[in-house]
Amino acid sequence: MTFTTASGKGNGPVVGAKASAAGPRPGSPKNKQPGNASARKWAEIGLFVGPALLVFLVFVVYPVISAVRYSFYKWNGVKQFSEAEFVGLDNYRRALFGQGIFKKAYTEPFLTALSHNFEIIALSMAIQLPLALLVALILNRQFRGRTVVRVIIFAPYVLSEVITGVMWFVILDPNGIATRIVEALGLHSPAGGWFEDVHWGFWTMFFVVSWKYLGLAIILFLAGLSGVSKELQEAAAIDGASWWQIQRRINIPLIGPTIRIWAFLSIIGSIQLFDMVWVLNRGGTQGQYSTVASYMMDKGFYRSDWGYGSAIAVIMFLISLVVAIGYMLVILRRDNSTTAKN
Amino acid sequence: MTLKTNSRRPVKGPTPGLWARYRAYLSRTGLSPSASNYFSIGVAIAGVGLTLGPIIYLVLGGFKDLHQYAMNPSGLPDPFLFRNYWGILSTGLFWRQMLNSAFIAIVTTVGVVILGTMAAYPLARYKFKGREVLYGVFVAGLMFPLTVAILPLYLMIHSWGLVGNPFGVILPQIAFALPVTIIIMRPFVAALPKELEEAAFIDGVTRIGYFWRILLPLARPGMVTVGVLAFIGSWNSYLLPLLILAGDPAHMTLPLGVTAFKGQHGSDNTAIMAFTSLSMVPALIFFIFMERRIVEGLTGAVKG
Repeated sequence: MTFTTASGKGNGPVVGAKASAAGPRPGSPKNKQPGNASARKWAEIGLFVGPALLVFLVFVVYPVISAVRYSFYKWNGVKQFSEAEFVGLDNYRRALFGQGIFKKAYTEPFLTALSHNFEIIALSMAIQLPLALLVALILNRQFRGRTVVRVIIFAPYVLSEVITGVMWFVILDPNGIATRIVEALGLHSPAGGWFEDVHWGFWTMFFVVSWKYLGLAIILFLAGLSGVSKELQEAAAIDGASWWQIQRRINIPLIGPTIRIWAFLSIIGSIQLFDMVWVLNRGGTQGQYSTVASYMMDKGFYRSDWGYGSAIAVIMFLISLVVAIGYMLVILRRDNSTTAKN
Repeated sequence: MTLKTNSRRPVKGPTPGLWARYRAYLSRTGLSPSASNYFSIGVAIAGVGLTLGPIIYLVLGGFKDLHQYAMNPSGLPDPFLFRNYWGILSTGLFWRQMLNSAFIAIVTTVGVVILGTMAAYPLARYKFKGREVLYGVFVAGLMFPLTVAILPLYLMIHSWGLVGNPFGVILPQIAFALPVTIIIMRPFVAALPKELEEAAFIDGVTRIGYFWRILLPLARPGMVTVGVLAFIGSWNSYLLPLLILAGDPAHMTLPLGVTAFKGQHGSDNTAIMAFTSLSMVPALIFFIFMERRIVEGLTGAVKG
């Protein structure tokens, strides 16, 4: 942030011993505070930030560091961690480059789960994004009941993934209503059941995820569209621009930042997707829509391979970190530089 | 908006193109000005139908028994049977799980809002060495999702004997919600007029007094926004309760209770539908009252 330079200036004496150890600081004797005032200030800072920092360090930072540490060990979680066997990078090797039996038992399921995450990302961008954008553009006008429509479309966002998952589990029961509707139309429902079918299971899961999250995208895009100047659109219309031209040349570019942030959140969410997948039979009975997170929980927690599970967690973290940083550097940088100019 | 363009037909434009002729055609045939409006309404109806349809089906299904469900899965219940709903509402487990969810969500929300605002105040207003580093530590927390930390987190909570205890869920949830809260609250606190603070100090109010008596009431809109997001996050959370509160149904939160109920009543789809419908109700009520706040919070988080 822009405050960085301010923080070091003019308050050198306040930090007392530390500051003088770091060298002479600018600061007239006038604003030199007596020692106990400085101590008081630090006590206040400690009082305000301390609790949050403590909770954050204990429940976020320490477990993340522990996950990295565990990932170098073979450990079943039953005996003391001090007795666990140090295996170096073995857990990572199993997940990524396993050979022979390890390939079948570790590498293949992991890479399958990972590929599912990336398929979800690709499908979100190829299906959810255009669909949500189109709906938002179409709904971006005055009509009776507009507010109600927006509220209803947004409602699934507030339902938990668990409840959404169970709801669709019932609807998409092999003997349920979805099957009957499809068969009444003269079509065949997936042979193995909507979720169990090796080919269709993944698509069914993606449909359910989309049902829950499309509304969020639509609402975010509509909020962005409400900020687009109406004069601009009217001027274009007077000049004879078609509806689609107005959308393509004015509305879509102007809500670009919103779209790009949505895409960012969607990508990160897709990499960490867990709840929905887990509720729907723990990633499918044959792992037909397992994700990295569901695979990690299955191996680490439910099969007590804590070291291996932690390695998967670390890999997942590194992937989301690389993707996030790459996205920010390549795509979001443009937005930030334009806002900085304003 | 675009609708208004219909009333401003560009027929007098320099080159009456295809579009202008189309407009003229629409107005001649009486389709204008609302033809495209009907299209919007059609899309709106489709969206509403796809959203509400499954929910309504679920609620209605809860009023059927298994025989009705098998014979007539798509029609209205005939007659409406209240047995499923009554059975769930009268046993107490549902209420217990709802209370658990409410307790955990409320304590999490209050905790994260207070801790987050407290931390945001010095980060916004005090000048001290290492302030930006400290802020950076919290911001970096955004990069650490719960899924990465969950295995060690579980072991830690287990070793503290907090498995089955709501605070085993509350404390980590507060910690993981802090980064977003501090990121939203810091500019909010920084935007409060500085003169107010100076005037208060001249009147002899201490920093702490200023925080409690002046800053907190003024920062309420921001706190509500942040709190609403934290509340929804906690109410819907699954992974932490799944590990910490599994086992005894009396300790479970609602999402966990739904899966447990589904496991127990494996084949009784109508009972599952009733339970799932009921567990949607609190979230939907909260949503109806807070919809505007939620959108504000989300768009604020996206823009900020």
